[in-house]
Amino acid sequence: MIHVSLTHYLVVSAFLFSFGLYGVVTRKNAVMVLMGIELILNSANINFVAFSKFGNYGLNGQIMALFVIILAAAEAAIALAIVLNIYKTFAHVDVDKINNLKE
Amino acid sequence: MNQSTFLQILPFIILSAGIVVAILVEIFTTKGKALLPAFFSVLFLANSLLSLAQINVSSNLYQMLALGGKAAFFNFIFSIGALIAVMSSVNYVKKYGANFGEYYILLASSVLGMMLMAGALDLFVVFLGLEVMSINFYILAGINRKKKTANEASLKYFLLGAFATGFVVYGIGLIYGSAGNTNLNFIINNFTRLLKMPLFVIGLGLFFVGFSFKIAAFPFHMWVPDVYQGAATSVTGLMSTIGKAAAFSVLIFAISPVTFNGAEHIFRPYFATLAILSTLYASIVAIAQTNLKRMLAYSSIVHAGYMSIGLAAGNVYSVAGIIFYLAAYTFMNLGAFGVIAIVEDENDGKTDLKAFAGLHKKNPMLAGFMALFMFALAGIPPLAGFFGKYYVFVGAIKQNLLYLALVGITASLISVYFYLRVVVYMYFKDEEEDFEIKTDYPGMFAVLVSGIFVLIFGVFPSILMKLITSVLR
Repeated sequence: MIHVSLTHYLVVSAFLFSFGLYGVVTRKNAVMVLMGIELILNSANINFVAFSKFGNYGLNGQIMALFVIILAAAEAAIALAIVLNIYKTFAHVDVDKINNLKE
Repeated sequence: MNQSTFLQILPFIILSAGIVVAILVEIFTTKGKALLPAFFSVLFLANSLLSLAQINVSSNLYQMLALGGKAAFFNFIFSIGALIAVMSSVNYVKKYGANFGEYYILLASSVLGMMLMAGALDLFVVFLGLEVMSINFYILAGINRKKKTANEASLKYFLLGAFATGFVVYGIGLIYGSAGNTNLNFIINNFTRLLKMPLFVIGLGLFFVGFSFKIAAFPFHMWVPDVYQGAATSVTGLMSTIGKAAAFSVLIFAISPVTFNGAEHIFRPYFATLAILSTLYASIVAIAQTNLKRMLAYSSIVHAGYMSIGLAAGNVYSVAGIIFYLAAYTFMNLGAFGVIAIVEDENDGKTDLKAFAGLHKKNPMLAGFMALFMFALAGIPPLAGFFGKYYVFVGAIKQNLLYLALVGITASLISVYFYLRVVVYMYFKDEEEDFEIKTDYPGMFAVLVSGIFVLIFGVFPSILMKLITSVLR
């Protein structure tokens, strides 16, 4: 039986953060990039909750995680609306091909 | 809560209640579009006066929100800036095909977010303010959903903005974990002790990187030109000025251990690098731009660089300089974007240099104001932009950072070229495109107000400087 300590949580969250970062940088589909951003935000949530549990810092961290979840939901709603508009005007959602503005 | 505290949070209450009322008006009547600009103008005017009245009283709300003092001064800038932006939007959004009531509601909500950021005493509030501001900006950038340019700007702004937010949140998580608290005053007081923890340093680094995206400094600037060019001109004016001021207000608070506690200058290498790269890179690239909105986007990167010089120096003098600079920059840039919004036509056209050729003959008043803003942005002496730079550079020299001041001066010499080119096109070239400029009263009023502020802050800088130094004590 492995004893799960703070370090384990931090390692998992660091991995999630890196995966999110990798997803944002390499993915071409706007929806996949969005998922990368969600991974980054949720890795931060794991940190908050883990610190709150192991550090005896009170409930601040848990509340902060709730804040992040709510704002991430708002952000996702906006993002999907933007992606939908992109699909309507460009007929695709490939982030790399959306660069009409460069001269 | 006593009466004076209530008076101090009144700007927040007024704005929040105003937004709710505006949403109801927009839902239940069809007159929203016509009523809301006037409604929000009155709200912003009231807020700016209320904030100005409370600058000398400083207190806080449950250790979460600073009231009065520096926060009130920033609220004053935000409110006046938003007022100018609303004025220059009235006619512009009709041209742009985005004459919705939501436009003004989103604008007001973004200002609410900025007010939270400027007053934040807790990392919770920083994050909340940042998100409230950014989410509204993402929508505002793409407010006309039929335009390709607006959609592209909106998507790019969202992807990079949300990415930056991810950094900020992860950073806050690590800071919370190592400090055990999210209160900013607690973190600042224990700064030297916390600095020995690697997690805290990493968290702080991520926090700064996230905010470097928001202030649009060099290695994190890739979204700026596209977003500023593609978004509606009035929105660009808003997010390049008071949006940037809000991000800087958080950074100024974050470097206060350097200013007040005499902690080692650990931020200096980071901000010095940002400053050197942003000023030199962007001022050179801006020369090649022919689209004025894109040129002003690069110019905003240069100005973020000048302000980073102040952050690198980190003494009281340079912090006061940054705040002065932010106030001056708000008015000169909003004025310049106000002029562009008037000249621009229905299809995003007439924003390039050619459209401004011979403007002097078509509309001398508009050309005069544009020249004033360009001189101010270039930093020609008796105007606001000069004193902003002057105070920041002197702050750097006082901290023995002569090389940063020299880099700043070199960059401002380079940037004189592309600002004055606009003036040369307006006064010494014949018009190349035959079109009529339709001026409107609200738009001209916005330009006039910005122009007056640029002149007042330029001719009597000590008025503003005294106010800022009294706030920083």
